[in-house]
Amino acid sequence: MKQKTVFAVSAVVLLLVFVAGALYYAGQREKAANQLAEANRTVLVRMHSPTLGKADAPVTIVEFIDPACETCAAFYPLVKQMMAANPDKIRVVLRYAPFHPGSDKVVAMLEAVRRQGKFWPALEVLLANQAAWTENHRANPERAWKQVEGIGLNMEQMAFDLTSPGIGSVIQQDLEDAKTLNVTMTPEYFVNGKPLPSFGFEQLKGLVEQALAENRAR
Amino acid sequence: MSAPATSDFHPGATPIGWTLTFSAWLIATVSTLGALFLGEVMGYTPCVLCWYQRIAMFPLVLVLTAGLFPFDRRVVRYALPLTLAGLGVALFHLALIAGWIPESIKPCQQGVPCSDVKAIWFGFVSIPLLSVASFSLIAGLLVATQLKSPK
Repeated sequence: MKQKTVFAVSAVVLLLVFVAGALYYAGQREKAANQLAEANRTVLVRMHSPTLGKADAPVTIVEFIDPACETCAAFYPLVKQMMAANPDKIRVVLRYAPFHPGSDKVVAMLEAVRRQGKFWPALEVLLANQAAWTENHRANPERAWKQVEGIGLNMEQMAFDLTSPGIGSVIQQDLEDAKTLNVTMTPEYFVNGKPLPSFGFEQLKGLVEQALAENRAR
Repeated sequence: MSAPATSDFHPGATPIGWTLTFSAWLIATVSTLGALFLGEVMGYTPCVLCWYQRIAMFPLVLVLTAGLFPFDRRVVRYALPLTLAGLGVALFHLALIAGWIPESIKPCQQGVPCSDVKAIWFGFVSIPLLSVASFSLIAGLLVATQLKSPK
């Protein structure tokens, strides 16, 4: 009987220490993430970043996105729904975080597409048909290229634009800023400069609603 | 070696073997929770060698528990091979990050390189070192259980 008590008490104490440690760590990390975002506000949005929504919208969502990332593809329509539910209130700024192998080539392609004014349709096609051009978390740029062919692009012009040095520096700058902001996973969101308290769509929605409410109160 | 007479004659008292195995269980449980904390809470991705050590460490928590209620000294037979296998991998891992084993025979090609040292505490305590320490202590306690428990 005594042995069982010793065992049970030890097990419970160890579990409690684990849970308390996890909660403490999460709190500390949230605080650090907020401070980091606060200290690096200037690198959150760059002039070159693709933007959707009204320029003077009260709520800005900065999203670090990897077109080859499954969760990014799953969240994209949800963010669009949120924008549709709050017309003219939300602006989305995309930052590239091509962490998957081969994904940087796909981002370069998107940047070339952007020069023909078809960035958002191309991105939507790529995200909606992601399984067709990714395999085992690896992007296949040739297959991605085939996906966007159908949206009416000047492919010759695109092949030419792809070689422009501007595209490479945009990707490099975004990756550098991701590093500065400690963005290691995609998608990562910042709502009016604030990072998510923990990852999840509910958390994102919560931050957006909070920002909308603050705007209404003003 | 003759087995020392222990508490066989006092049914209520805790046999020394139980206490030794329980200590091994404590170390295995702390190590398991520690590994889960590093992986799940702090978000470190375990490398291949870490996974092999986890494969040896995690079941010890359950195997040793089964050996404690009721106490069965034969738990050593089941737990010691796992412990020694884990110790072997942990030693290999330690040798790898210390640079005693050349880069070319590193078993990790993809994902997280095992030679990448994620955390160092007090200037010399790394995760593989903690792993070696845990497996060694568990092995020692299990051997002691074997020696100190009456047949």
